[in-house]
Amino acid sequence: MSQTLSYDIRKIILEQSKRANVGHIGSALSIVEIIVALYAHALHIPKVNDPERDRFILSKGHAALALYAMLFLKGYISGTELNTYYGDNSILGTHPEQSLSGVDFSTGSLGMGLSVGAGEALAARLHRSRRRIFVLISDAECNEGSTWEAVMFAAHHKLSNLIAIIDLNGQQAFGYTDQVLSLTPMIERWRAFNWDVHEVDGHDISEIVRTISCLDNTTSQPHVLIARTTFGKGVSYMENEIKWHYLPMNDEEYKQALNDIKDSI
Amino acid sequence: MRAAFVKTLVDLAARDSRVVLLTGDLGFMVLELFREKYPDRFFNVGVAEQNMVGVATGLAAAGFIPFVYSITPFAVLRPLEFIRNGPIHHRLPVRIVGIGAGFDYSHQGITHFSLEDVGVLRIQPELTVIAPADGAQAESAIRATWNLPGPVYYRLGKNDTITVSGLNGRFDLGRLQIISEGHDALVIAMGTITNEVMAADKQLREQGIACKIAVLASINPVPIDDLICLLGDFSTVLTIEDHYVVGGIGSLVSEIVADHGLACKVLRLGVRMNPNSITGSADYLLRINGLSCSGIVDAVKKSLREATH
Repeated sequence: MSQTLSYDIRKIILEQSKRANVGHIGSALSIVEIIVALYAHALHIPKVNDPERDRFILSKGHAALALYAMLFLKGYISGTELNTYYGDNSILGTHPEQSLSGVDFSTGSLGMGLSVGAGEALAARLHRSRRRIFVLISDAECNEGSTWEAVMFAAHHKLSNLIAIIDLNGQQAFGYTDQVLSLTPMIERWRAFNWDVHEVDGHDISEIVRTISCLDNTTSQPHVLIARTTFGKGVSYMENEIKWHYLPMNDEEYKQALNDIKDSI
Repeated sequence: MRAAFVKTLVDLAARDSRVVLLTGDLGFMVLELFREKYPDRFFNVGVAEQNMVGVATGLAAAGFIPFVYSITPFAVLRPLEFIRNGPIHHRLPVRIVGIGAGFDYSHQGITHFSLEDVGVLRIQPELTVIAPADGAQAESAIRATWNLPGPVYYRLGKNDTITVSGLNGRFDLGRLQIISEGHDALVIAMGTITNEVMAADKQLREQGIACKIAVLASINPVPIDDLICLLGDFSTVLTIEDHYVVGGIGSLVSEIVADHGLACKVLRLGVRMNPNSITGSADYLLRINGLSCSGIVDAVKKSLREATH
């Protein structure tokens, strides 16, 4: 089922990007399996506005289309709403807005999501609630000093109900991360900041789910999954290509992309 | 106003468990009262103001009323984008508490001055902006606004001893407070500099000049009806603020005059210089910007001379 979901999400990403003639396709394709692992398995969301639900912040808001696709498949938003993506007078912009059902926090400015997640995690502790806070950040977001402010805060306050997931695809808007501002060694950096670090294949849903299910939310450390991913995953000509952070597809590229994702099932 | 703030907050925290306090590692000899009474609701987040606002945003989203405390430029300017994208955009009850207005931090220099905070925050939609003139008004303002559903900015002067005569702690959201009656000139002031305005008023009265003096503490919502009514009665108004003349209450009053086609000349007293590299006492810094008692006296008299020509 999970693999079908991944395919469905990729298909929606491609369809909507083509219809709207916009980019950010590669960034959305990168996080598909993480989104499936969260929404189909890990997140505890009895009802969309349940105050005790787990929270999810897509801090790398430019991958919103993957989230929109999942919210549609979960039934939180309608097909009619989904089809307003990138249109006039639509809530579904390039970055997610909280006023959309199922979106916990509006993002788009990199480096803010983990701080807000830390605040939500602190609030859950003060409320003596078992709810957990998941924050999906990009590797490039680790360029932002504010991300590390939040990393220190969460570790100092032992927010073990906070789970960060890094979409480590090695790319950012205008270059590869190793060339722009090296984040290596990522694992050691988070360990040095006293987080409970797990390295996972970001396209292996069962590994992500298994890792999350084994996290001890009563210990003294916040958790991070460093998820190794491929930018543009599933579309051969987009994989690891910087330009697909920006470009829309022409008709030929769209056709090939649809075929490529079929092959990846 | 720090003492008034913490005393009021301790009282509010006793009444409502949603009240929490975050500080960016400042508040020595001020915040201990809160920390001792409510250690579980006090967080020194370290010198990390962006994260402080982000954490406050998350707390507010989960139902708390977080007060975020630092020296004004660190509370406002460093995390400005977080304030905009967090509590303002999400309409969350985060309270930004900026300590030190204008040149309050005097010898500490430009990094600690607050000369543009009102300008950058009053343009934000649905952000309540409060700039009290003394501690008693700060207490009233906090009590009147602490549980508003949206975000609030409090611009609190550092001085704990100033009491503006005639104000008696009055504050009404969206209203002006008149503290001196007169017909010769209209003066509108913001913040603790109102104390200098009252000293100037005393001197002017001894010279036979009686000003009507209004305190503008509710920057947003703007006291629009009060201002239109008052500005209609005078041909000249002086605005006085320890803030750059661009963006503060001088700009605010000018906008109202323009929007409503009022026949009122606006003389904006405020900071016009770039204070780079200059330090000194607050009195000195106000004086060289024409904002001391004598500077205000001279400005009022000059405006009256010009009006009669």
